Amino acid sequence: MGFSEREHGLIVTVRSEEEVASRGYTFSELMVAAAAREIGDGELVFVGMRLPMLAFLVARRTHAPRAVGLFENGVVRETPSLELLYTMGDPPNLLRATQCGQMLDVMSLLQQGRVNVGFLGAAEVDRFGNLNTTWGFRNKEKQRLPGSGGACDIACLAQRTVVLLAHDRSRLTERVGHITSPGYGTGKSWRRAQGLPANSGPSAVITTLGVIRFGEDGEAYLASVHPGVSVEEVLANTGWTLRVSGELVETLPPREEALTVMRELDPNHFWTR
Amino acid sequence: MAESKLMTMRDAIARHVPSGSMVLLGAQLEQMIPFAAGHELIRQGRRDLTVVGPISDILFDQMIGAGCVSRVMAAWVGNVSAGVGYCFRRAVEQAVPRKIEVVDYSNFTMALALHAAALGVPFLPTYATLGSDLLKKNGNLREFSSPVSEEKLVAVRALRPDVAILHVQRADAQGNAHIWGSLGVAVDGGRAARKMIIVAEEIVEPSVISSDPNRTLVPGFLVEAVVHEPGGAHPSPVQGYYGRDHAFFARYHEQTRRAEDFEDWLARWVMRVSDRSEYLKQIGEAQMQSLGVKDHAYTVPADFGY
Repeated sequence: MGFSEREHGLIVTVRSEEEVASRGYTFSELMVAAAAREIGDGELVFVGMRLPMLAFLVARRTHAPRAVGLFENGVVRETPSLELLYTMGDPPNLLRATQCGQMLDVMSLLQQGRVNVGFLGAAEVDRFGNLNTTWGFRNKEKQRLPGSGGACDIACLAQRTVVLLAHDRSRLTERVGHITSPGYGTGKSWRRAQGLPANSGPSAVITTLGVIRFGEDGEAYLASVHPGVSVEEVLANTGWTLRVSGELVETLPPREEALTVMRELDPNHFWTR
Repeated sequence: MAESKLMTMRDAIARHVPSGSMVLLGAQLEQMIPFAAGHELIRQGRRDLTVVGPISDILFDQMIGAGCVSRVMAAWVGNVSAGVGYCFRRAVEQAVPRKIEVVDYSNFTMALALHAAALGVPFLPTYATLGSDLLKKNGNLREFSSPVSEEKLVAVRALRPDVAILHVQRADAQGNAHIWGSLGVAVDGGRAARKMIIVAEEIVEPSVISSDPNRTLVPGFLVEAVVHEPGGAHPSPVQGYYGRDHAFFARYHEQTRRAEDFEDWLARWVMRVSDRSEYLKQIGEAQMQSLGVKDHAYTVPADFGY
C-alpha cells in the first residue's frame, strides 16, 4: 500500500519536550514537511496513509495545488477528506472523491509509468534502498510481518519512491533480510538487469534524523540532517557506513503555512506526535 | 419470474463452501469485508480452506486463529489500523493452531491473477515484482521473455477461487447487485470464481437495480446465493450504510496477543453467537447507530431516458 497503516514504520523517536518547544514543531511534522517537498505540482502521487497522507495534503495546499492522489483500493482524490482517516477505505475518503474505481484502474497508471511518486514505509531499508515488510528479525527471532500490500508494485513501477521510517540500526541495515520491494538491488544497473522500468527507483528515505538520497551508483548517501542532529548521530544509528554528501545541508524546517495545514488536519497530533 | 436465490447465511455456507475450498474474501480491501460469512465458516467448522484476497484486514487473522485455513494467498495479512495480526504470526512462526502455507502476492499481482481468471486466460504479464523476493518465492509468478519485445516480464498465473463472497450495498433476489465506493478487485474477483455468494445490506426490487445498470457490477446469472445480512460487514465499513468501527479493530489487537486470549475473543464474538443478528445485539444498537450515516450524500440521478 502506499505508505500505509500497514507497516510498523512510524514509531517516531520522541525527543525532549523542551527541544520541541524551543523549535516550534515535532520531528513528525518535520518529516511531513520534507515528504511534502518531494511532491511536485501536477504530479500523480500514490499516497497511502498517516504521515504521507498529510504530506500530500500539505503539498496540495502549498506548492502543489494540482497534485492528484491515488489509492490502491481504486480511489482517486484531489481534496482532503472531512475527517482523519484510519484506512484508505474509510467512508470519508470515498465521499467527494474524484473517482472510485477498481484497483486495476490505479495500478494501470502505475505500470504505464505515469505515477510520479509513491510513498512507502518499511520495517527495514538497506544501503541500496531495498525494502522489507515481510520478515522482521528482532532479537534474532524471525517475525512474520504483514507483507507487501501494494508496496512492491509501487517500488517497482513508480518514477520515484519516497520511504519514511524511524531511524535506528536495526531498521537501516546493510542488507535487508527479504526484498519485499526492490530498490537499487546491489547497485548501478541492477534494476535494468531485473527488467524494471528505466525511469524508476528510490528517490529519498526520510527518517527521524535526516534525509538519505541515492547516487548514480544506486548507493545511499546522507543528503541532509534534521536541525539539532549531528552527522555522528546519524552514522551511529545506521547499520552500514553511510556515505555523507559533500554538500550536506540541514533539513529545511517546516514553513509556517505547512504547519498550519498539518495542525488543521491533525489537530490532536494523532499522527504528528 | 426466476426462482429466488435468497437464503440464510447458514444455508449459503453449508451448501456452497465445503472444507478444502478456495475462497475469495475482502475483495473491496478495507470496505465491505464479509465478516458475517467468515464467522459462519468458523462456526460450521470448515477446515483446510485456502483464503484469497488482497488484504481482508482482521478477517483472515480470525479464520487462521480458528484453525479453518491451511493456505493464505494474499498481499497483506494483519490489522490495518493496529498493525500485525497475532493469529497469522502464531500460525506462521509456531504452527499454532496449525501450520499454514503463505503465498505472498503484491496487490497488483493479486488483482492480475483474478483478472486473468475473469478473462479466461492462463496468465497476464506485468513488470511488477521483478527483482523482488515475492517473485522468487511465489510459484504463481514466473519470469519470462516477452514474445513481442526484448523484455523480461512476470507471468501472473490465473487464480480461480471456488467461491467468491462479496458484500454489497444492495441486490435483488437473483443476485444482480449494486456496489459503489472503493471497488478493489470485486468485479474481477466475482467473475474469476466458480461460484459467487452475494451478501447484501438490502434486498431490493429488480427495477431498482435495472434503473442504474452502470452500478450493476455483479450480474445475477453468475450468483449462486443471495444472503440478506444487514450489518454483515461490521467492523468494516459499508459506504452509505455504516462507518468503520475503529475501536473494535483496536480492541481485537489488544485482545488477541496470546492464543488463549484469542480463544476467549472467538468464543465471545463467533462461537457463542448463533448468527449475525445475535452478534449485532452484542455490539449493541447504540453502537451500530453511532456508526450509522449522519449526513446522507446522495448522488445526482443520471437520466437513462431516450
